[in-house]
Amino acid sequence: MSAPDAVLDCLGQRCPLPVIALARRLPELPVGAVLRVLADDPAAAVDVPAWCRMRQQEFLGDAPGPGYDVRRTH
Amino acid sequence: MRTGAIAWADVTASPVYLDAATAAPLHPVARQALLAALDDGWADPDRLYSPARRARRLLDAAREATAETLGVRPDELSFTSSGTSAAHTAVLGGLRGRRRAGDVLVHSAIEHSAVLYAAQQHVTGGGRAVEVPVDRLGRLDLDRWSTAVSGAGVASATLIAASHEVGTVQPVEAAAAACTRVGVPLYVDAAQVVGRMPVPPGWSVLTASARKWGGPAGVGLLVVRKGTRWESPWPTDERESGRTPGTLNLPAVVAAAASLRATATDAVAQATRLSSLVDRIRARVSAEVPDVEVVGDPVHRLPHLVTFSCLYVDGEALLHALDRRGFAVSSGSSCTSATLRPSHVLEAMGVLSHGNVRVSLHTGSTEAEVERFLTELPGIVAELREQAGVVGL
Repeated sequence: MSAPDAVLDCLGQRCPLPVIALARRLPELPVGAVLRVLADDPAAAVDVPAWCRMRQQEFLGDAPGPGYDVRRTH
Repeated sequence: MRTGAIAWADVTASPVYLDAATAAPLHPVARQALLAALDDGWADPDRLYSPARRARRLLDAAREATAETLGVRPDELSFTSSGTSAAHTAVLGGLRGRRRAGDVLVHSAIEHSAVLYAAQQHVTGGGRAVEVPVDRLGRLDLDRWSTAVSGAGVASATLIAASHEVGTVQPVEAAAAACTRVGVPLYVDAAQVVGRMPVPPGWSVLTASARKWGGPAGVGLLVVRKGTRWESPWPTDERESGRTPGTLNLPAVVAAAASLRATATDAVAQATRLSSLVDRIRARVSAEVPDVEVVGDPVHRLPHLVTFSCLYVDGEALLHALDRRGFAVSSGSSCTSATLRPSHVLEAMGVLSHGNVRVSLHTGSTEAEVERFLTELPGIVAELREQAGVVGL
């Protein structure tokens, strides 16, 4: 797994805060960049991929942390 | 003193109750039957004096009426002390009865927690369980199911007839056929289906819960078809064909049977009426609430239930906001659960789990109530999003 371009620390945050933080942070990165969201709320495992689907961003998969890698596609 | 018929207006208070999938309000027929049976059905039906014989007649009549509605033999039906107890007994009894065939329980990923807790106990005790996934709409993966039930050492299989959380109706008949081909008995959890729509054939064990159709809480149904290898997991006594121990709450059983008969008689008309209201909710929520995901199968679904998730909204805050406006709904969001985990059903489907609302209608639900909900919901969601500062994200 390659290193992400940016890391967003949402450890300790409850749903839906990690997804909100992701939605705020991703547009600040250039298109093509990978953002790693660190989140230990179990709902993030469902909601981060679901957000990517709803927003047509690319969900790359789980990462250590626990975390989730998302690529900005537009 | 009250005289004459009891109407819905007497049993549903002014708040709009939209959580029938947890417990429907007591059906007027259940209330009448309960009151009558409190006078006539307090004695132990197993004793030999005349109040006991009266109680026995009530129990026999309740069993016959319920069996007839389900299309089973009266001696195949046992009443249990709850739907949960019926589900536990069905799972563990199916495994016990087939322990010589193996120790594997096959179940879908979207079973009711009562079934999953029983499966967990089985695994803790050294048994095995195989979970079969569902797709994004919450439909069982039939190929994976067929493979799983054909595996080595499978004792029994368990499938929910229709999801209690998202309403998706499962392919019970096809799943049962796959089980029949390999001689594995199928237990169907029909809690959301009984009294609303027919249960597809092919199952060996079935359970239901009276409070889901407007009967009182504390009554479950357990049906074990003749010829099924099934053995009660409990220390048994002589009651209920030895399937489930303990004295029944007979007045509640009588009320459950009476209301099931009334509900089933009216089921087709109610299913049509409620299903069109659910269609309206699905369409209007999608159109009028931005960034919402209406989940579950839009066509092959329960007539009375719809679930949706609102992006960036806290599920608990949404429930409380709706409650303040007089709407009672439930949620699969993690912040509304004691375990702080999202609903395993939403998780298995891979759909948004926060800001989740489940709306489930009952016989007393009116079009005006649904309209009021649909009129107020977009504003409530918008207000919560504004407070959280997530507008435009």
